[in-house]
Amino acid sequence: MKANCWFGAEDVRVVDVPDPKILNHRDAIIKVTSTAICGSDIHLYDGYIPTMEEGDILGHEFMGEVVETGRGVRNLKAGDRVVVPFPIACGNCFSCQNQLYSMCENSNPNAWMAEKLWGHSPAGLFGYSHMLGGFAGGRAQYVRVPFADVGPIKIPEGIPDEQVLFLSDILPTGYMAAENCNIRRGDTIAVWGCGPVGQFAIESAYLLGAERVVAIDRFEYRLRMARDKGRAVTINYEREDVYDTLMEMTGGIGPDACIDAVGMEAHWPGPGYAYDRAKQALMLETDRAFVLRQAILACRSGGIISVPGVYGGFVDKVLFGAIVNKALTIKSGQTHVQKYLRPLLERIERGEIDSTFVITHRLRLQDAPQAYRTFRDKQDECVKVVLNPWVN
Amino acid sequence: MTVQEVEQYSREQGRARETHEHARNGRRQGPLTQALGWFSIGLGAAELAIPGTLSKLIGVRDRHRPLLRSMGLREIAAGVGILVQRQPAGWMWARVAGDAIDLSLLGVALNSSHTRKSRAEIATAAIAGVTALDIVCGARRTKQSCPIRVKESIAVNKSSEECYRFWRDFQNFPRFMRHLESVEAGTGRRSHWRAKARAGMRVEWDAEIVEDRRDECISWRSAEDADIRHAGLVRFERAPGGRGTILHVNLHYGAPGGEIGAAFAKLFGEEPSQQIYDDLRNFKRMIETGEILTTEGQPSGRMAERTAQ
Repeated sequence: MKANCWFGAEDVRVVDVPDPKILNHRDAIIKVTSTAICGSDIHLYDGYIPTMEEGDILGHEFMGEVVETGRGVRNLKAGDRVVVPFPIACGNCFSCQNQLYSMCENSNPNAWMAEKLWGHSPAGLFGYSHMLGGFAGGRAQYVRVPFADVGPIKIPEGIPDEQVLFLSDILPTGYMAAENCNIRRGDTIAVWGCGPVGQFAIESAYLLGAERVVAIDRFEYRLRMARDKGRAVTINYEREDVYDTLMEMTGGIGPDACIDAVGMEAHWPGPGYAYDRAKQALMLETDRAFVLRQAILACRSGGIISVPGVYGGFVDKVLFGAIVNKALTIKSGQTHVQKYLRPLLERIERGEIDSTFVITHRLRLQDAPQAYRTFRDKQDECVKVVLNPWVN
Repeated sequence: MTVQEVEQYSREQGRARETHEHARNGRRQGPLTQALGWFSIGLGAAELAIPGTLSKLIGVRDRHRPLLRSMGLREIAAGVGILVQRQPAGWMWARVAGDAIDLSLLGVALNSSHTRKSRAEIATAAIAGVTALDIVCGARRTKQSCPIRVKESIAVNKSSEECYRFWRDFQNFPRFMRHLESVEAGTGRRSHWRAKARAGMRVEWDAEIVEDRRDECISWRSAEDADIRHAGLVRFERAPGGRGTILHVNLHYGAPGGEIGAAFAKLFGEEPSQQIYDDLRNFKRMIETGEILTTEGQPSGRMAERTAQ
């Protein structure tokens, strides 16, 4: 089969690899019909996530058709259409039973690696480094899905792929980011980053009762999408001072909650950016935390910082004193996708959510290497790339 | 049996085991190590008792009795350490360090006009020879260091009854403990264990259950005549808040010297504790999910590269 593999920083290729097989009896093999490139894939592409190995199959946003199931999978059969959540979760451990699926205690075969770095290991993820399981990803024609009796959700006939594909990651990720803000009617929510997760966070914040959502980015086309599709008020941080503008909008109170939908590779104008780039290059810090710093400063006292953006390691110059003295709460985590699949699918079926507006590029699997560059460099007004593995 | 009693019991078992091992180890240390141990004690005693005579013998002025006496104490400590410890490697290296001090002091003496050069040179040559033996012996002992004592615990989202039942069937052990090849139930409380060792070697031994308290604890140890000294204790503690069971596991392996022992010890790698924790995690995976999730056998571009070549 054809698969999109990682061979090094800025080196991803589509190569022929053997087809996947059932390896555990709770596995299923899925024929992938749609797969996407996620913002977090850019961190792999740029080489910021350790423990990637040459040849690893990428991709954690995908859906398709069940072709084979292990003897432990009774809820799926060949021919079922399913969306697969990006975290792999057993459903049996304490974390899973408390709906903390991305913290599954049994799905990372390399848990010891993550424990060395973080103290505990999160769930294994598809195509996202060996520290997080080393599972072959789904940006391929076929993929093996472990614990298939727990993760995949069946999609009724008649709903096209594009309507539900983002249930695999970015839609629940944006939704959980907003849910973590404990939104009360009338709240103002600020969202840093108007990529796909930011766009869904904006939409979800309104769904959950926010009165006003402020979207922050530097790309005019993404801000336009946030305004037109998301009804957000926007700040272009290259033209306006974010803190001042937010204070002006809220009469000095600050947003009730701030969402960092950017993560470890934040950009920023000014000397601070050069400082962080340099420290990152010298391995003195792993993540550039501009957004986090700014959100902490801007957030209202007693407010919430919600972090769906991916961070991997150490951040520098985070004003912890502000967190203490302003009584802030920080909420984060890889998304517990399994928890959100059913309610979000229902919202999609009722027409309350249409996530297709973020798709700007529909390409073939073979186009993945070029698509990575287009997406990362924000060329061609790219917001979201969806790939079809079966078109030549 | 209460938890405290089990711990007490395990401590007593441990002490009994250690005494037992010590007796065995005395014979297993190898003639060179033992000779060096006794040499240390002999030299130390001489330095302590007759520093004057010794000074004359090595050709230095008899003006450093306190220094020689303190060196004597050091020698005796190292000698006793080598002979008494189950793992003399550390004390062997202490001897090497002592040798280095001796040599440097002799170096100073050699440059002094009061020293009888020929005697001091002979003494230096003798110490250098002993140093070489110490290094050889220390290196060998370090390689063979293999008693493995691991104490780990893990929370499992299953009742203590279920955990006990799975654990009580020793034949399940190889399903989650990677160093084991098989465990066969024997008659009564006995079982037969087979472990893989590196370099294609295999180690086998008989073990017997020492204590078996339903849903509370199990302890076992290798039979008296076994080549591997092994003992284990597992306690099943009800976790607070309905979170299942916390397993507390103590494992001890005292492998024999020689090639098999070294090959067996290597199985546990640099961090036996990490490996055994991973084994316990496999137990958790087995009993919670019914399988140990693997990635072995999945495709990758690495295979593609290989087939292309």
